Amino acid sequence: MDVRQDVVDILSGFALFADLSTPELENIVQSFGEVYFAEGERVIRQGLTATGFYVIVEGAATISVGGKERTGLRPGDFFGEISCLLGEPPTADIIAQKALRCLVLAPGALEEFLVTNPHVMYRVLQGEARKLRTTTRWLS
Amino acid sequence: MAELTDGPFPPGRYELLVVGSGPGALQLAYSLRALGIEHAVISEDPAPGGMFRRWPIFQRMLSWTKPFAEHERGSTAYERYDWNSLLADEESSRAIMPSVMDGTSYFPSRPEMERGLVSFAERTGLKVRYGCRWEETRKLEGGDFALETTDGEYRAPTVVFAVGVAQPWRPAVLADKDVQQYGDMRPAESYRDRRVFIAGKQNSGFEIASGLLSWARQIVLASPSPAQLSVATRSLVGVRARYVQPYEDWALAGGVVILDASIESVEREGGVFHVTTKSAHEDHPRHFEVDDLIAATGFVCPLRDLPDLGVATFGQSRLPAQTPFWRSVTMDGIYFAGTIMQGSQGLRKHGIPSNSGAVQGYRYNARVLARHIAEEKFGKKRTRRSLRPDAVVPYLLAEASRGPELWHQRSYLARVVSIDASEGIADEGIQPLAHFVDDVQGPDAVAIALEANGKEDPYPNVYIRQRGAVREQRLAPADPLLDYQQDLYVRQLSSILTPILARDLTRATQ
Repeated sequence: MDVRQDVVDILSGFALFADLSTPELENIVQSFGEVYFAEGERVIRQGLTATGFYVIVEGAATISVGGKERTGLRPGDFFGEISCLLGEPPTADIIAQKALRCLVLAPGALEEFLVTNPHVMYRVLQGEARKLRTTTRWLS
Repeated sequence: MAELTDGPFPPGRYELLVVGSGPGALQLAYSLRALGIEHAVISEDPAPGGMFRRWPIFQRMLSWTKPFAEHERGSTAYERYDWNSLLADEESSRAIMPSVMDGTSYFPSRPEMERGLVSFAERTGLKVRYGCRWEETRKLEGGDFALETTDGEYRAPTVVFAVGVAQPWRPAVLADKDVQQYGDMRPAESYRDRRVFIAGKQNSGFEIASGLLSWARQIVLASPSPAQLSVATRSLVGVRARYVQPYEDWALAGGVVILDASIESVEREGGVFHVTTKSAHEDHPRHFEVDDLIAATGFVCPLRDLPDLGVATFGQSRLPAQTPFWRSVTMDGIYFAGTIMQGSQGLRKHGIPSNSGAVQGYRYNARVLARHIAEEKFGKKRTRRSLRPDAVVPYLLAEASRGPELWHQRSYLARVVSIDASEGIADEGIQPLAHFVDDVQGPDAVAIALEANGKEDPYPNVYIRQRGAVREQRLAPADPLLDYQQDLYVRQLSSILTPILARDLTRATQ
């Protein structure tokens, strides 16, 4: 195996990638970029375009809408997909709650990634369903 | 001890210490001196040049310097066409690279690049203590860092490390001592009629493949993810065109093999390697018998004991995580210059990283960093140039059309003009865009950057900060001639800024 084993091991434990083989996980580690954010740093900025699809590898983050904290994110969670899929600016800030390490995919690469990895697409859909359920609860 | 006192910067305490003598360190040292900031520079090398004293291994750069361009050599606008010269205020030290190139290629040879850097150091009279190797680091009570070197101990409250990202890295599966690595390869002709397996499909892997095309019997390039090409991404992401010949050879079934597969195992039997690969797209492994196995699996940052001291790192290159002003996010007083600056990632708009990993990007970062250190660590306030309201739009559009910082550092460095009711309109210089959008305490201001999205030509993007909130607006359409001073763009930018400028004028005259 000629990619970073530590990251492959971490990804193999995430529900998002649970259906992938080791070579497929290695492909992801090489295809995605890795980024790091210090505590308090903004990862995604509400209203600013062209961000990316992020998967948290280590650390924690907060979703903040209009300066109001909504919920938290932890390893295995992903964000930025709505903005990428719709081609619109993000509707929330994502802020590193503590040192945060993520894998990131360019917005223009998300469609091809999901189409070629249908099991990941299904897991993303499950995540979207949960978000919709949560939003519905907020509204009610 | 006579030897220790002979050279510049003998061991001792300095307010600011720079480690390195490659282009990143030279540009920073020059920029600090131009601002009157006292500092010391030490380097383990015997002469200027950094990695370009040895590499690229096939002895030619992949970034160009055009000897003839639309703008006069030495002008600011010419810097867009010259990716390799360092920056200077005095004309005699500008655009050195075209003057040392022999005209046979617009990609400088490695010796020409080295000669250009040596010339810069000589012409500008930069002082470096050469042959002084940094070996160990401690944090002292009181805030100083202590750097143990082969010449003795240096102490400073602020240290800038410009030590490159050029230490080859290889994974455990390629640990065999006979697996070659970028930097320790034999002369190209020694691969005559041999089967060569290259692990890695980034620029270094393709550089090696290009260099061996006319010698090797067979070349296999393999890594888990598909190769990207810079001409397809329209950015520095992917294999540069200089090294794309093996890709065409593969695409036309000429004999080169390019595999999307990981290496599962390597066994050596006499002079032959047995390499087993596994692909995500195939249900069976593949076996290769080759004469040479070369690891082109990336490079890491030689940070020595800095991670133990608390400097956070990330990614395969183990880059230090940095603020928008290139300070370690976890260790105040430690900054980075040169290619390590790519660890400060900026906004990565459209997934496109900065050009901070290359000379044409980090030479501008160095000037911004020097000014930042001068302000933050030495209390040296910058003088801001006032602008008339009617000068703002033409100035920003001229920057978008010809400003080299914006050209080479897209969506990363921006030209900033502050619009303050009490202090008027002022040019705030070049700033990291990530700093601008997150500086909620900053004055009302406008920033212009060039943005690339991998599809269109680069276009100007305008960021407006009012009472801490930032919004953006692009100018459209992208112009194929990259001239953003046309009426179309003047009208667009005027309509964006007139309400803000008019309000400022009104308040200023009240």
